[in-house]
This record gives sequence, structure tokens and C-alpha cells, in this order.
Amino acid sequence: MRTCTLGNRHFSFPSLADLMAKATPHRSGDVLAGIAAASAEERVAAQLLLADTPLTAFLEDPLVPYEADEVTRLIIDTHDAPAFAPVRYMTVGQLREWLLSDQADGSALRAVAPGLTPEMAAAVSKVMRNQDLVLVASKIHNVSAFRTTIGLPGRLAVRLQPNHPTDDPKGVLASVIDGLAYGSGDACIGINPATDNLHAVTRLLHILDDVRTRYDIPTQSCVLTHVTTTIEAIAKGAPVDLVFQSIAGTQAANASFGVDLAMLAEGRAAALSLARGTRGDNVMYFETGQGSALSANAHHGVDQQTLEARAYGVARAYAPFLVNTVVGFIGPEYLYDGKQIIRAGLEDNFCGKLLGLPMGVDVCYTNHVEADQNDMDVLLTMLGVAGCAYIMGVPGADDIMLNYQSTSFHDALYLRRVLGLRPAPEFEKWLASVGFFDAGMRPSLADGAPLPLDLPPELTELADADATDIPPGTANCGGAA
Amino acid sequence: MTTRPDKTRPDKPRSPAVRPADPVAESAASPLTRDAWAALRVHTDARIALGRAGVSLPTAACLDFQLAHARARDAVHLPLAREELFAGLETLFGALGLPLLELRSRVRDRQEYLVRPDLGRRLDDDSSARLHAAAAKGAPRADGTLYDLAIVIADGLSTAAIQRQAVPFLHAFLPLAAARGLALAPPCFVDMGRVAVGDDAGQCLKAKAVAVLIGERPGLSSPDSMGIYMTHAPSVGLTDERRNCISNIRPEGFPPAQAARTLDYLLGKSLALGLSGVNLKDDQVLDGAGAPAAIA
Repeated sequence: MRTCTLGNRHFSFPSLADLMAKATPHRSGDVLAGIAAASAEERVAAQLLLADTPLTAFLEDPLVPYEADEVTRLIIDTHDAPAFAPVRYMTVGQLREWLLSDQADGSALRAVAPGLTPEMAAAVSKVMRNQDLVLVASKIHNVSAFRTTIGLPGRLAVRLQPNHPTDDPKGVLASVIDGLAYGSGDACIGINPATDNLHAVTRLLHILDDVRTRYDIPTQSCVLTHVTTTIEAIAKGAPVDLVFQSIAGTQAANASFGVDLAMLAEGRAAALSLARGTRGDNVMYFETGQGSALSANAHHGVDQQTLEARAYGVARAYAPFLVNTVVGFIGPEYLYDGKQIIRAGLEDNFCGKLLGLPMGVDVCYTNHVEADQNDMDVLLTMLGVAGCAYIMGVPGADDIMLNYQSTSFHDALYLRRVLGLRPAPEFEKWLASVGFFDAGMRPSLADGAPLPLDLPPELTELADADATDIPPGTANCGGAA
Repeated sequence: MTTRPDKTRPDKPRSPAVRPADPVAESAASPLTRDAWAALRVHTDARIALGRAGVSLPTAACLDFQLAHARARDAVHLPLAREELFAGLETLFGALGLPLLELRSRVRDRQEYLVRPDLGRRLDDDSSARLHAAAAKGAPRADGTLYDLAIVIADGLSTAAIQRQAVPFLHAFLPLAAARGLALAPPCFVDMGRVAVGDDAGQCLKAKAVAVLIGERPGLSSPDSMGIYMTHAPSVGLTDERRNCISNIRPEGFPPAQAARTLDYLLGKSLALGLSGVNLKDDQVLDGAGAPAAIA
């Protein structure tokens, strides 16, 4: 029992999990779970007590029981005591000050990462303002590599997301071409298939691999299907670069996704056996999102942000190439509006980076949430400042398969331009060599200029027939200036 | 005064970036850079080849998006035109001698519907009492069930979807159910129901399987898309891995008649095997659109 008296009001919190939940900035998912603070003052009382809580409390008192949950066992069993030593005697509040201090530079933060548990990262984030989350995250650069290198300072990568509601190859390819021309695709070309059907998944894997090899693009492809489907595809000889899986922060929530830790290890081993990476062997791609454990009735009374950080604890055990939260995807019952989505996006980016991950964010929202493009512009810009490794690139920000709004190819170019960020180095060279961008990474195709690539054969027939749609004689005005 | 096209984006050949020649803009070096691959738009509804002003969206593309978002937002809050929908449903079900039951979830208003999915998954007391009363009149079969299939219709996140797709879908599906000899439970409409409210209704009605027709969350290009979730042996508390989903049902997506055939196929398999969800594998040969998927 932890107690606190503010003026003449007395607050008590029966458990560490309760304290964490009540200290969490307000969000609808914790209210839905019945674990949120009952008043604004109670929230701050919890934050005051949490700030005075020693970090070792999280090792002694796991929020989700060790015996009941393999994620807790993973976190406790792989905790790196020597790495923890520099912050061993700190409270949560002192950790915040250390993270913000000049002592905590990039290398100190990298060194401490294996000594911090997800619960410690979540706890300190609860007593940090948005600007604190940005500042600390901006000091951390977690680098991963496959055919491109992700997470380097001064770089922003983009996952080209060419989704199509029926997985139509021509529809997918049209979006891929558009995205490449706009400089997206260095994180990966990653498609969410409309079905988990093995034939459909295999067909998409070949389509994406054919595009990559046809244009000699230094990137990697991914079809975001269940890990067991990908393992099956690998067994059948399909060209798999990255193995995808949605993951969550408890064993039971992962079970609702049909996965466990052993299955993730099996998927990783299968992809490593193909040895397709040229710059590195990070082969896993994970997606997460606050609220997934509650929606699976698997939250153990722990707040959704702490469980999200625990999902990062899962991710880092598999040396992933990409990890991103799909922050606003799940809906208003978990994050109600733009304010809550912005906060959650910054928390997720911070916790993921602090725990050592090459962290990206799907800056997104659905149509039944109180948010719009202006909210996403705020989050996108703050994430750019916070050194987020990659974002999504969806044509016009409108995902016509998943029915939500993410960031567009244009949004990525905005962020690169306004903050002076560049694509992944391998991909940057390719963009310039093909002629999509100049050496200063400005788009170099002039108004109406033809594509400098031959279209894939699937697309050429119609493109030739319809070429007259494009006004002629405009190749020398604007654009490359 | 400008007239905007009815669709949320211009017709295919005319992109916001490819405008009729404007002599002033042409001579003064337009700030707009148009994409030469606009013809690729015939392959997808995705917003490709939008062109750019600097690295940003052209004004027309920017406002087209705002219009689509405005329409999708309105679809979430649009009230159902009940008389019109129920007239259509009662004609279809009346021909089969089935009364339409109008039920409610435990949600009180639209705002609560959005933030309390737990309440939207359960019938209110009056509704479940009425279903129990209806079930008490039936004669249980050898396996204890009363019916093969309960059809449950819920407005979900898009009343427009149910308004437009429910009747055409049922018009195609009910003859298939009859051909299969399915014993249908009295159909239910549930005000402010979530997918799992079908578990509650199916359990009350002692149905072998339930099919929930529900308005999907509106997308920018599909504000009126209906989904169908089929669950074998419905009971309160089941989770999503036990369901099979047919998504994007609308004329421009997965056409209602085709969705009817898919549900019929799934039901046939589900009733024969006695299961549904991730273990009911989709082994239909690829035919392009809308193959059924288990929801993750």
C-alpha cells in the first residue's frame, strides 16, 4: 500500500500496478478498463508517489506475475544487472533527471538500455512531459540493417505501404511506383494483405521481390501476415526478407494473436536461414499498439501504456529490423482524440528507443476518433524532432484497404525537408542514381516529366494507351529548380 | 461557385494535378509539378500521382481529402432511417414467415457507443428477455439447438452501410440459405450493437451459428462498407479468433451477391465441421476479391 496526503486529502494505492495506472496521463482505454485515476488530483498524487519509487521495485514486484506470464519471465530473466548499475539506486523521478541530463548522452543511453525494464521505461514516461519525451528520445539512435540501414542520426526512413483491398497486383504496383517516385520505401515496401491465404501471400511476396530486383532497389519487402503463414511461405521457397508479427505485452494477449515467444524465435530462425540481408541480419518486423491487451481481456489490471512498453520488451529479444506502434489505429475506446494519440505516440517512441529498438510510428487515426490531419501534423513533426526512425508512406494518407488515415509520401517529404532529414544512405544513393531526386534530396522530376524507370510489364499496356492524358510540352517548367 | 464532382475525388482520367491547360499558369511557370504516371490510377482507388507544390499536396488534392474525411465523419454520426430499412427487411423476412425483432444493446447513446465497446457487446435486459421468450416457444432438436442460423443486423460504425447493403445482401443470401435447408431463427436488429452482440443473441436463440451484419468503420473512400462476422456455437465471451469475417461489402468493393455466396460457403463448411474462426481455413481457390479471412 502506497499512501500520499496532499493538503487535507489522503490518497492510497493498493499495488504498484494500481499506482502506475493512476499515474498515467488520462486516456479512454484505462477508463474503459476501470483502472484510471478518478480525479486529476489523484493522478498527480500517484505521479508524486511514483516519482519516489525506487527502480528496483519493478524487479522485486513484477506487475504481471512471473509464474503466470512468459513475457514477465523474459523481462526478468534477461535483465542485465551490470548495465543497470549506473541507475541502480535511483528513483523514477531521479531517472527522469538523469535521462534529461548531459551525462546521459547517446552512448550512456545505449549502454543502460539492457538494464532498464519496460516497466521502468513506462514509469519514468508517466512523470515526463511531452517535451521531455522528445528530448530524451532525440539523443538515442538505435541502428538496424538488412539491405538498408535504419535509425542513423539525421535520417528518416519510410515504409512504403501499397495496400489494396483485393491485393490486386496492378493496384499494388501502381502505388509502389508512386511511392518510389516520391522517395518512400527505404524502411521497407510492406503490404498488409487482404487475406491470410497462403497463395495470396506468396503471390504478393513475388510481386514485391520482382519490383525490388527489377529496379535494383536497396530495400527489403514484407507481407504483413501471421508469422506461421510466413514460416510456411519460407518452407515453400517464397522470397521472404522480413518476418512480420503483431505483438503485445502479455502472454495472454499474444495468445489472442495466435503467437508465443517460441513461435517468434522459429520465425526469426527461418528468415535467418535464407541469409538475404546484405547490410545486416535484422530480420523481424513487429507492430504494436496501446490497448491490444485490454481488447483481448489480457491486461492483468495493468495500464495500456505499460503493457505497450512490455511489447517492446518482447520485440528487443529478437533483434528486430523495424518496430512500430500503430498508435491511432485501434479507435476512440483506447485513445479518444488527437491529444491522447499525440501523447501516446510520443510515449511509445520514447519507450521503444529507450529500450534499444529501431522505433518507428504509424502516425494515424480512424474516422470515428476526434482527430484530423492537423493533429497528425503535430505528432509527425514532434516525432521527427524526437528522432523517430521511420514512418509510414501511404498514397495520399488514405489506406483504402485498412480504412484509416496514416502519413503520406508527401508527409514524409515535408518532414525530411523541414528538419533536414535524409533517407537511409543506401536508398538515398539509389534515388539519386535513378533520377527521382537530386544529390540534395530535392525531387528532380520536372512538371509532367516521364518516369525514369520502365514500368513493370503488368502495368505497361495501359500506361502506354493512356499516355495522352498527360499534357505534352511541360517538361521544362518547374520541378527541378 | 464551383461544382464539385459527386465522388470524393475527381473522375479517373482527370487528376487534381492534371488540369485543363491554363494559359496564365503555363506561361508563368506554374508552382505545381504534375506526375506523368496519372494513368496508373485506373488500377487503384489509392490517391496516387497527386502531383506536388514543392513537396506538399496541390490545393485540389488537399481539399479532396478534407471532403472525404468530412463525409466519413458524418457517416459515423448519421442516424439510421429506420422506417425505410425496416420496410425492406420486413418484406424479405415476412415472405419467409419470420418476424423481425427490434432489440437494443446496453449502450445509451452514440457517444457511449464509441467508448464502451463492452456495453455494445451485450443485449439490454428487455431485449434478452424477449429473445428467451421467443426461444422458449421453440422445440429443441436432438443437439439442444433450435435453429441453424441466427441473422443479427447491427448499425455498428456506419448506419449508411446497413442502410444500403443489408437488404441487397439478404436478397441474395436468403435463397441460398433456403436451398441449403437452413432453419433460420427470427432475425434481429440491434440498436448500437457491436460484433459480439451476436454471441448474446445467438446464445439466447439457441442457434448453431450466428451471422452479424454490421456497419464497418468508415474509410475515406468507403463510408458505407458492411462487414459480416460468422461465429459457430455463439456464446457470450467468445473472442475474435472464433469468428470468420467477410469485409468491404458494397457494390464498389465486394459486391453483396458475391458476399452472399461466400457466407453460404463458410456456413456450409462451419456447420459440417462444427467450428469457425482461425481453424476454419480459407481454402477457396483464389478468385481475386474478398476471400474470407479470419480476423486477427
